[in-house]
Amino acid sequence: MRTTLGKEIYKNKYLYILLLPTLFYFVIFQYLPMYGVLLAFKEYHIREGILNSPWNGLKNFQEVVGQSDFWRAFWNTIIISVGRIALEFPAAIILALLINEVARQKLKRLYQTVYTFPHFISWVIVSGIMFNFLSNDGVLNQIFAFLGYEKMTFLTNPDLFRPIIFLSNIWKEVGWSAIIYLAAIAGINPELYEAARVDGASRFQQLRAITWPSIRGTAGILLILAVGSTMNGGFEQIFNLYNAAVYSTGDIIDTYVYRSTFAEGSSFGVSTAVGLFKAILNFALLYSANYIVKKLGEDGLV
Amino acid sequence: MDTIKQTTKMEPLSPSVKKQKKKFNVADLIIHLILIFLTVCTIFPFYNVLLMSFSNSVAISKQVVYLIPTTFDISAYSYIFNEPRFLKAFLVTLFVTVVGTSINLFATLTGAYVLSKNGFPGRKIVMSGIIFTMFFNGGLIPFYLTMKNLGLINNLFVMVLPVAINTFYMIICISFFRTLPAGLEESAKIDGANDIQVLYKIILPISMPMVATITLFYAVDRWNEWWHGVLFMTDINLLPLQALLRELLTNYQQVLSSISTNIIVQNTGLHPEMLKMAVLVVSVLPIVCLYPFMQKYFAKGVMIGSIKG
Repeated sequence: MRTTLGKEIYKNKYLYILLLPTLFYFVIFQYLPMYGVLLAFKEYHIREGILNSPWNGLKNFQEVVGQSDFWRAFWNTIIISVGRIALEFPAAIILALLINEVARQKLKRLYQTVYTFPHFISWVIVSGIMFNFLSNDGVLNQIFAFLGYEKMTFLTNPDLFRPIIFLSNIWKEVGWSAIIYLAAIAGINPELYEAARVDGASRFQQLRAITWPSIRGTAGILLILAVGSTMNGGFEQIFNLYNAAVYSTGDIIDTYVYRSTFAEGSSFGVSTAVGLFKAILNFALLYSANYIVKKLGEDGLV
Repeated sequence: MDTIKQTTKMEPLSPSVKKQKKKFNVADLIIHLILIFLTVCTIFPFYNVLLMSFSNSVAISKQVVYLIPTTFDISAYSYIFNEPRFLKAFLVTLFVTVVGTSINLFATLTGAYVLSKNGFPGRKIVMSGIIFTMFFNGGLIPFYLTMKNLGLINNLFVMVLPVAINTFYMIICISFFRTLPAGLEESAKIDGANDIQVLYKIILPISMPMVATITLFYAVDRWNEWWHGVLFMTDINLLPLQALLRELLTNYQQVLSSISTNIIVQNTGLHPEMLKMAVLVVSVLPIVCLYPFMQKYFAKGVMIGSIKG
């Protein structure tokens, strides 16, 4: 048995050589940081490093739970993620269905091309565009002034921060998310629609009976993934858009960890504990969502 | 005979079907109005940024630039391209894009080729190990400390190596390699080629459309680099373009006061907004140029098949 395994490995030696860069990457940059989660149970001393720093049990977690800023970030994260699932998730499906109703192929492609573009620019750039639009002397306020309305403060208003977050993410990502659904729709046999038309089915009936069932599976998988990242909340977007005035509604766990560690000097152990708590919760949510979607009769992730 | 019968039988039906398809009714009108409105919403912000970057202080303080171009002032651009701070940031980004994309392609394609093959010992373990990282990671602080221990603080490679493989793109490559006919490889192997030669001489040349797509996606990702710059670069000279743009957007005064030629800005009457918008345009432009080529591929669904892994 051992010799055959040895032979198998020898036979494939070039494959293993080709696999080296991949193994190197995942071990060094993905798994090595994972062992650092031990810090969640330690008191980090720079001189002693991660391994030799003394254990302190659950003290870091106790400290986290006692911070009101943590709980604010915790609930903000959940509210923002639920809002994203409720608003951004259906937006992509609706856009895909709208584009699909366009009869001319060229026009369809044109719409798709325009809507997808913002996906490829970073949140730094989008934030720049938004500051230009929403700042006190920004485009929107100029238009308001022109129409005789009062100027508004958009970016420092805690009540407006979440709507701005949802809308700007829809602006940036809805076209890209719609592509996945459009691809699923493109795979539908056109004869189904022909037959439905012959039977006198209305457009809406066709949508319900043919189009929707064919994208439901895709929607299910994307929903699982979205639920599995509930505790993320969209760091890159919020980090580039938020400011001290909107912490009350906009500070999420990731921005809180970054700020408390690098700006306010919170201990690495405590910040790692927050990160670990978040990662475990995400994993549990992913697992449950997968289970539920499968129970509902759709294909799950695994 | 049968086929003729069928077509003649179908004939009276098809014109009516086509007619129904072409009829442009109220529903179509509403759909198009919505889609045109969304198109304007997508394009207008970019258009406005472009106008702002070519405006001048007088126009901005009069607030007349938001709809129609009234000025064509390139002073913001000539300032950027003469200011060492921006040139350095541009070079850093160029390095990250060129070196980063090369490393991305090398690591992703070699690994994907190996993992597209069945039946060598260890494949399953490696594959599950890779998938697991998509759903779980150690979090920001352990990542930061690991990079610090590896000596990657203020090191340009921190913007390249930790993002050497995008797992999602790698899975796309794996599923693409799986669709290639196995016969090609077998004949090369009979001629005595090893796996490395097969990949280099047989597989890659016939995979060029996929390689081109992955190259474009990686190149745009690397060009957009800012986060590792913000996180790991304490030396402001090593910031990539978009990290500098971020500094400029959030911390304008401080950036300018650290630039020795600050006086020029005040003397030439360069409005801060113009400068910000010009840097923004320079950051978006390469993506605009690559976009038509990328669009060609993902519209065909090249990037889609892998969603289920």
